[in-house]
Amino acid sequence: MTHMHVNLKVNGREVEVRAEPRTLLIHLLREHLDLTGPHIGCDTGHCGACTVDLDGRSVKSCMVFAAQVQGAEVTTIEGIAGDGGAPHPLQEAFREHHGLQCGYCTPGMIVRAWRLLEENPDPDEEAIRYGISGNLCRCTGYQNIVKAIRAAADEMNAARETEQ
Amino acid sequence: MIPAAFDYHRPADLAGAVRLLAEHGDEALVVAGGHSLIPMMKLRMAQPGHLVDLRAIESLRGVRVEGGTVTIGAMTTQAEVIASGPLVDACPILREAALQIADPQIRNLGTVGGNAANGDPGNDLPAVMLALDARYTLEGAGGRREVAAREYYEGAFATAREDGEILTAIRFEAPPAGHGCAYEKQKRKVGDYATAAAAVILARSGGTCTHASIALTNLADRPLLAAEAGAALAGTAAGEAEIAAACAAAQAIAEPVSDGRGSAAFRTRLTGVIVRRAIERALATAA
Ligand SMILES: Cc1cc2nc3c(=O)[nH]c(=O)nc-3n(C[C@H](O)[C@H](O)[C@H](O)COP(=O)(O)OP(=O)(O)OC[C@H]3O[C@@H](n4cnc5c(N)ncnc54)[C@H](O)[C@@H]3O)c2cc1C
Ligand code: FES
Ligand code: FES
Repeated sequence: MTHMHVNLKVNGREVEVRAEPRTLLIHLLREHLDLTGPHIGCDTGHCGACTVDLDGRSVKSCMVFAAQVQGAEVTTIEGIAGDGGAPHPLQEAFREHHGLQCGYCTPGMIVRAWRLLEENPDPDEEAIRYGISGNLCRCTGYQNIVKAIRAAADEMNAARETEQ
Repeated sequence: MIPAAFDYHRPADLAGAVRLLAEHGDEALVVAGGHSLIPMMKLRMAQPGHLVDLRAIESLRGVRVEGGTVTIGAMTTQAEVIASGPLVDACPILREAALQIADPQIRNLGTVGGNAANGDPGNDLPAVMLALDARYTLEGAGGRREVAAREYYEGAFATAREDGEILTAIRFEAPPAGHGCAYEKQKRKVGDYATAAAAVILARSGGTCTHASIALTNLADRPLLAAEAGAALAGTAAGEAEIAAACAAAQAIAEPVSDGRGSAAFRTRLTGVIVRRAIERALATAA
């Protein structure tokens, strides 16, 4: 089997990619679909820079083969902004609270935080730190990342209350 | 790092997976969560020509607690174990150990069966399975059989599982209500394998420790049941002298290698320290 047709949904759009089964999901996203938000840091499953959402769960896309995502639904950092490209509250909060410096870890960090807030809309500091323990940042020292995620949670909870 | 090319199969049921493994012999490997196998394939330490993905086989998923018996389907993820209320109530040590495996992303895909079947001495669940005296159900072209976890591990990546056999489920009797347990793991950072780790499950009645089983992770080429350490506590009041004897017995069977996590001498000494911590915490949690 040299190549296969992989059908999946990426950021809400149905796509078909012709790829080798051994193609890693991170390469499928970056090289076949031009989604260069998810980064490759370590290629060994440690750093979390390649984190994406796969069928409602955070995963490291350097540890998944293209063949395994046949029929799956994937969300990357490119897929979380609001209507018309307005930044997501997490993106706003990372900017506002200096949750990034070089930005290398940021796409993985925000996509992970996005799922974390779906799983637990009101996490305390410990839950945030534990929730992002699979994402390394060599710049910020994490303090401002934790602040940004907490601020985004407040923002999103307040918006939800106004809606009701 | 690009792994060698392979043909990919996603059978819909167990019979289909067994057939594919029989057909392709030692050319084929099963993939569960892929979080031990894919790193090996990237390093080309594994180069299967055929990959048989178990993800579509529904019968391999889920946890059942019936009477006192717990059955965990091999494809149940480590995250699902952490979130399974009935399992956590019946046997909290599994949640505690699973929470110390890697990080949230990896536990979302990494499976219980993959962790147990693999045979990497660094994996955390095998020692827990030894302490629980769990039984592994293996199914291959030759039929179905059961192997005790205590007889499964033969050496690094060498197990009692034959090529072509699939681990389908893990079964054990839940420890008695009110038992105490702890999984103590020393590691350098989140996502690291153990420098040394110990699982302790014990029961108390009146002032007597009626039962104790103790097992060790990453302190030899396979997980170790520290039978003498458990025997040092069982039938005693589990006071200071008995705890010291148990720690010494566990330390005596540790055969760690020197590596980036520490020298063999350090890791041997550490064995006694983490076994003590695990025993003391298990005693404190026992009713
Ligand atoms: C960065 C990182 C850190 C990690 N840290 C830890 C840690 O601290 N502790 C720990 O215990 N683990 C750790 N792991 C490993 C992780 O827990 C794996 O998920 C687990 O060891 C294997 O499970 P899997 O489902 O991913 O199996 P796979 O990787 O798919 O398979 C592993 C092996 O077992 C075989 N296999 C899998 N399932 C079956 C089955 N049902 N029947 C027969 N054979 C089978 C496969 O053929 C393969 O040889 C880490 C992994 C990574 C990438
Ligand atoms: S690149 Fe995937 S975890 Fe580092
Ligand atoms: S901002 Fe540079 S690695 Fe996190």
